[in-house]
Amino acid sequence: MADERYVVIHPLHAFLLAGSVPLFIGALLADWAYSSTYEIQWTNFASWLLVGAMVLAGLALLWALIDLLRADRSWRGRPLVYFLVLLAAFILGFMNALVHAKDAWAKMPEALILSIIVAILVLVASWLGFSRWRSGEVK
Amino acid sequence: MRLAAPLALAAATALLTACGDNSSSPNQYGSNPTLPGPHRGLLPTMKIASPAGWGDQRPVVPAGYTITAIATDLKIPRQTLVLPNGDILVAEGRGGGESKLTPKDFVASKLKAKGTSPVKGGNRLTLLRDSNGDGVYETRTVFAENLNAPYGLALVGNTLYVADQDALLRFDYQPGQTRASGPPVVVTPLPSAINHHWTKALTASADGRFLYVGIGSNSNITERGMNVETDRAMIWQVDATTGAHRQYATGIRNPTALAIQPVTNQLWAVVNERDEIGPNLVPDYLTSVREGGFYGWPYSYWGQHVDDRVRPQNAAKVASAIVPDYGLGSHVAALGLAFSSPVMGARFADGVFVGEHGSWNRTPPSGYRVIFVPFTNGRPSGPPIDFVTNFMGKDGKTRGRPVGVTVDPKGALIVADDLSNTIWRVTPNAPRPAAAPSSR
Repeated sequence: MADERYVVIHPLHAFLLAGSVPLFIGALLADWAYSSTYEIQWTNFASWLLVGAMVLAGLALLWALIDLLRADRSWRGRPLVYFLVLLAAFILGFMNALVHAKDAWAKMPEALILSIIVAILVLVASWLGFSRWRSGEVK
Repeated sequence: MRLAAPLALAAATALLTACGDNSSSPNQYGSNPTLPGPHRGLLPTMKIASPAGWGDQRPVVPAGYTITAIATDLKIPRQTLVLPNGDILVAEGRGGGESKLTPKDFVASKLKAKGTSPVKGGNRLTLLRDSNGDGVYETRTVFAENLNAPYGLALVGNTLYVADQDALLRFDYQPGQTRASGPPVVVTPLPSAINHHWTKALTASADGRFLYVGIGSNSNITERGMNVETDRAMIWQVDATTGAHRQYATGIRNPTALAIQPVTNQLWAVVNERDEIGPNLVPDYLTSVREGGFYGWPYSYWGQHVDDRVRPQNAAKVASAIVPDYGLGSHVAALGLAFSSPVMGARFADGVFVGEHGSWNRTPPSGYRVIFVPFTNGRPSGPPIDFVTNFMGKDGKTRGRPVGVTVDPKGALIVADDLSNTIWRVTPNAPRPAAAPSSR
C-alpha cells in the first residue's frame, strides 16, 4: 500500500533557503566585477552579500538539521542529501568569507573560485530542498 | 549590522585562536634584512597584548641611567618637543575614525581597541615645566586646546608649528609662555579624507624655511582603492611662509616620525611598512629621505620585492623604488625618532633613538621598546641597542607603548607613552667623583 503523503519545507525555512540564493549569486557577480575591473568597491559589495547569504544559509541549515532529525527513519534519504549539500555550501561559504577578508587582490583568484562553487552548491541545495519528498518513496 | 554579528563573532573567535605561528625571527636589522617569501593563511596572525597597570614595575633602562615619570594621566600623548627654555610640549590626541567598509573592518577594529588606552584623546598641547632643574616637572598647563589630533611639533625661532590630522598650524611663541596667546593660523590644509594612517609627522629644515610633513597611506595595501591614495604615503615639503607644498618623497607607506640630522641637515624618517604577508614581512625602516625618491609603496617593498596584492601593477614604479637604509624589524611600529648628542653619555652619543609602539599582528610580539641605532660618519653602523624596555612584561602584558622620543639638550630622553598616558624621562646618572677619568 503506497503512502502518497508529500512533505514540503516550512514557509519560513523556504524563505531562508530561497533568500540566500540571490545573495550568493550577487556575491559571485560582484567578485567577477572586481576581478575584471580592479574596482575595489565590488569586492566590498561581495563581502557584505556573502555575510547576508551566510546568515540566511546558516539558519536554513539549522532548520534542515532539525527536519532531518525529526524525519521518519524510512525516508531520510532526500533530506539527508539536501542537508549535506547545504552544509558543504555553508562550510565553503565560511572559508570564502575569510578569503574575502584578505586585502585587495590577495583574495584573488580564490574568492572568485569559491564563490562559483558555493553558488552551484546552494542552487543544488535549493533544488533538493524545494522538491517535494514523497514519504513512501523508499518503500 | 545585526546580521553581521554571528559571522563576526565566529571570525573573531577564529582570529584569536590563529596565533600558533611560532615562526622564528630572522635578523631584520640593518641594510640587508632577511626577507622570507610572503605568506598569509586563511586567517591573519593576530596577537593583541592585554594592557595592565604599571603597579610597582617600571620601564628598564641601561645601567647608569634612571627613568622617571614626569607626567601622568595625560590624554593620549604622542609626540613631544623640548623648547629652548627647557619646557616640554606634549601633543595629545587620537585621530582617524575612518568609516568601516567591510565585515573585516568591524571585527578588526574591535580587536585592536583591546590593545590601546580607553582614554579619549585630549586634542590639546600640554606644557610641562621644571623651574629649578631638579628633574621634577612641577608646573603643568594646557598650552593650546580644541585641536584636531595634534601629532607633529616643530619650533622655528618664535613660531611653533603643530601638525593636526587635517592641517598644519602655526602659533606665535614667546620664551616662557605657558599658554598660546591666541588661536592658531592654518599654514596649509593636509590630506585628511578617510585618514586611515592619520598621524602627521613634522620637522623643520635646519634653516627654518621649510617644514616636512609625513602623510601616511590610506590603507594597508590599497584595499580602499587607488583613488583614495592621492597625496598619501608621501612626505610634503611645505614653504613656511606661503604654505605652498611639493612632494618631497613618495611611496613611503607611513612616515611616522621625521628628524633633521645635525651637521649634514639631511632629512631622516622612520616608516611603518605593510601587514598581512607574514610575521617577518615587511620590516619597518629607518632611512635618510632622498629628495624626489620613491620608496615602493604600494607596488613593492624593500626595493624591488613586488607586492602581488596590488592591481593594477606598475613595473616602472617597482624598478625605480629605493631600498631603505636600515631595517628595524617587522611590525615593530616605529613611531618616534630623535638624533642623539653627547649629553646622552658616550655609548649613546652618536646615533638615533627610535620609539617602537609594538606589534599587534605578530607572534611573538615585537617592538614595545625604545632602541638606539648607533651611527658612524653619519650612517647607521651596527645592530640596535635596547634603551628602554619592559613596556611589555615577561607575563606578556603591556604596561606602556612608546611613541615619540625627544632628546633634551640638558641631557635626557623624553619618551611619550600613549598606553599608560605617561611622559617618561631617561637621564644619565651624574658621574661619580671616583669614576675613571674620561678619555675626552
